Amino acid sequence: MNDQITNSSLLTILSILIPVFPLVGFLINGLLGKRVPEPIAGWIGSIAVLASFVCAAAIFFTLPATESLSFNLFNWIAYANLNISFGFLIDPLTITMLLVITGIGFLIHLYSISYMHGDEGFTRFFTYLNLFIFFMLLLVMGNNYLVMFIGWEGVGLCSYLLIGFWFKEHENNNAAKKAFIMNRVGDLGFLLGMFALLMLFGTLDYASVAQAVQGYPINDGLIVGITLLLFIGAMGKSAQIPLYTWLPDAMAGPTPVSALIHAATMVTAGIYMIVRSNVLFAMAPATLDVILIVGVATCVMAAIIGLMQNDIKKVLAYSTVSQLGLMFVALGLGAFSSGMFHVVTHAFFKALLFLGSGSVIHALHGEQDIRKMGGLGKYIKITFITFMIGSLAISGIPPFAGFFSKDEILAKTFEHSPAIWIIVSLSSALTAFYMFRLVYITFSGNYRGTEETRSKIHESPALITIPLIILAILSIIGGFMGLPAITGLTHKFSTYLSSVTGASAGILPDAHHLSHATEYVLIGVAVLAAIVSILIARYMYVTKGQLPANSDAELNGLQKLVSNKFYVDEVYNAVFVKPVVKLSTLIYEYVDKLVVDNVVNGVAKVTDLSGRTLRLMQTGSTTFYLLAMVCGIVVLFVIRLLI
Amino acid sequence: MENALVSVPHNWYLLLSSLLFCIGVMGVLFRRNVIVILMCIELMLNSVNLLLVSFSAYAQNADGQVFVFFVMVVAAAEVAVGLALIVSIYRNVASTDIDSMKKLKW
Repeated sequence: MNDQITNSSLLTILSILIPVFPLVGFLINGLLGKRVPEPIAGWIGSIAVLASFVCAAAIFFTLPATESLSFNLFNWIAYANLNISFGFLIDPLTITMLLVITGIGFLIHLYSISYMHGDEGFTRFFTYLNLFIFFMLLLVMGNNYLVMFIGWEGVGLCSYLLIGFWFKEHENNNAAKKAFIMNRVGDLGFLLGMFALLMLFGTLDYASVAQAVQGYPINDGLIVGITLLLFIGAMGKSAQIPLYTWLPDAMAGPTPVSALIHAATMVTAGIYMIVRSNVLFAMAPATLDVILIVGVATCVMAAIIGLMQNDIKKVLAYSTVSQLGLMFVALGLGAFSSGMFHVVTHAFFKALLFLGSGSVIHALHGEQDIRKMGGLGKYIKITFITFMIGSLAISGIPPFAGFFSKDEILAKTFEHSPAIWIIVSLSSALTAFYMFRLVYITFSGNYRGTEETRSKIHESPALITIPLIILAILSIIGGFMGLPAITGLTHKFSTYLSSVTGASAGILPDAHHLSHATEYVLIGVAVLAAIVSILIARYMYVTKGQLPANSDAELNGLQKLVSNKFYVDEVYNAVFVKPVVKLSTLIYEYVDKLVVDNVVNGVAKVTDLSGRTLRLMQTGSTTFYLLAMVCGIVVLFVIRLLI
Repeated sequence: MENALVSVPHNWYLLLSSLLFCIGVMGVLFRRNVIVILMCIELMLNSVNLLLVSFSAYAQNADGQVFVFFVMVVAAAEVAVGLALIVSIYRNVASTDIDSMKKLKW
């Protein structure tokens, strides 16, 4: 008994420490600013995250998977019946996210020390990065929706700050604003969902909400409404149709930011939120269907757009959108642990790919256009090999990490409906194609830049390559956490998460399990499709040595459509941005200039005129003043007498 | 002495102090010399003092006499400041005529 108490209080302290370390790092770097010499600031930031990682790992090894730890730090909002406390919840789902955030976060911090070397905003960069980690930890550690919401908004802020990190380029500021505003649309949904939860249940606590919602009938209108609102929040943060266009633009930020925020952690917040409320969503199968449709649509559309992008980071960005879509497909099918599994493996290989692309950009001194690369495999071997591993992983080639998680989701879609399986497999094959198009155009063939830049190509320093190597290893072995059922071995990952996702398992209809034979066929088809796509990419870009067109003029209609991202940005511009600008101009012209300005100027004019008139009384003659004074007194006296 | 004060009818004190006050007001309004104006102000203050004392005696209440002391103190202070101002003005415009100080205007 005593042992248990000391054990749980130790865990409490450890879990409080997790967000404290990055906060301290943020404060040190933020308050001292440029007084911290360059590498020191980087090391402070990195070690803060490493310390959090150590705490998270300690909790992972101490807390059994069947148990969870929930405690309140203080009463936050207590008003009438409303009682919201600020507290943490540590359970397997949280620990999974904690390990991903702090583990990959630490590697990316290390990488950034070298990548951001010499940047004038070096300290600022690590300040923001630590603040981001702090908010992200808050997001996953909260024990109610409001604490999650603080983290949710906080990471949005950090994302804005980091996308616009190089704020001297106007384009970056626009990208930052776009990300912030689009996220705000989603956040409004999240906020309204929270209000509705409060109204209905009077609490925002995860456990209480999950308990209370089970008293309602399945597909109750209110529950469907709430889950849809929450899903809108997830759409914004996790870049799903129709709120995905900010993510590709977010690549304006420094590459480590793209890796950390816009691939591995922040964009998976939406998935985390839905898995966290899995009971709520399981009670609303109608919402799950919506999620499934949105996920499939995003997955396919982003994969198609990815085929025609020429910026190395944009390709990866669209691939992230597509993979996030795949995760939502899993959630829409009620396969919450599969979705989380893909979150984790995706964090490994997508962080690896982004960091790899950063290493390429670093080697080429800022060049991001793949048409000006080529043949880099010879010059930057470590980057090439690790990038290759990441590409194999995302393409779903066994035994790399992506294979296991993707295959699991694909199997789940087949259980649900073969038609969806076909669509998702197709997009998965497209993924393999565009990833290897990227690999071949970038790393094989001959260098297409100038001779001068060629001579300067160099492998990145150890601080960049070591994180790449570690992430590559994780991308190779990460999948073994979740072995498919046919191997007869336990799926460690879903067993670990079962205490969280198990709650909804009883509500969802039982999926009929696939026979082993079907599963073998599915795996075979998926792998074959990936390999064929890779071979086609190889044929087109290595054997035939094709290159992406330099201008729209060389493209046919369909290609033009894809290469311009289906003109979604233009449509949004015409439908949302332009009318708002028009309306604002109208209001400016008529309300602001005509009404407000005239009122303000009118007040000034009246004051001015009365001043001009009244000042004539200031004659300067003391006698006159005295006379006026006496008259005044007499008048007062008379008034006093009369009244 | 006390008898002498009381033996004069109260109305006379009122008339006298009103008269003195009006002379003071007229002096302030119509004299040109700043020093005279200052003296007229003193006259007004003293007419009020007289009124206060007479009322005090009439009502058998010492409050009015206490007030007179305050008025005298304030008047002394006022004269000190007023004369100092007049001296400094005289140094600038070499005149004590009130119309020579007309510069402070629009």
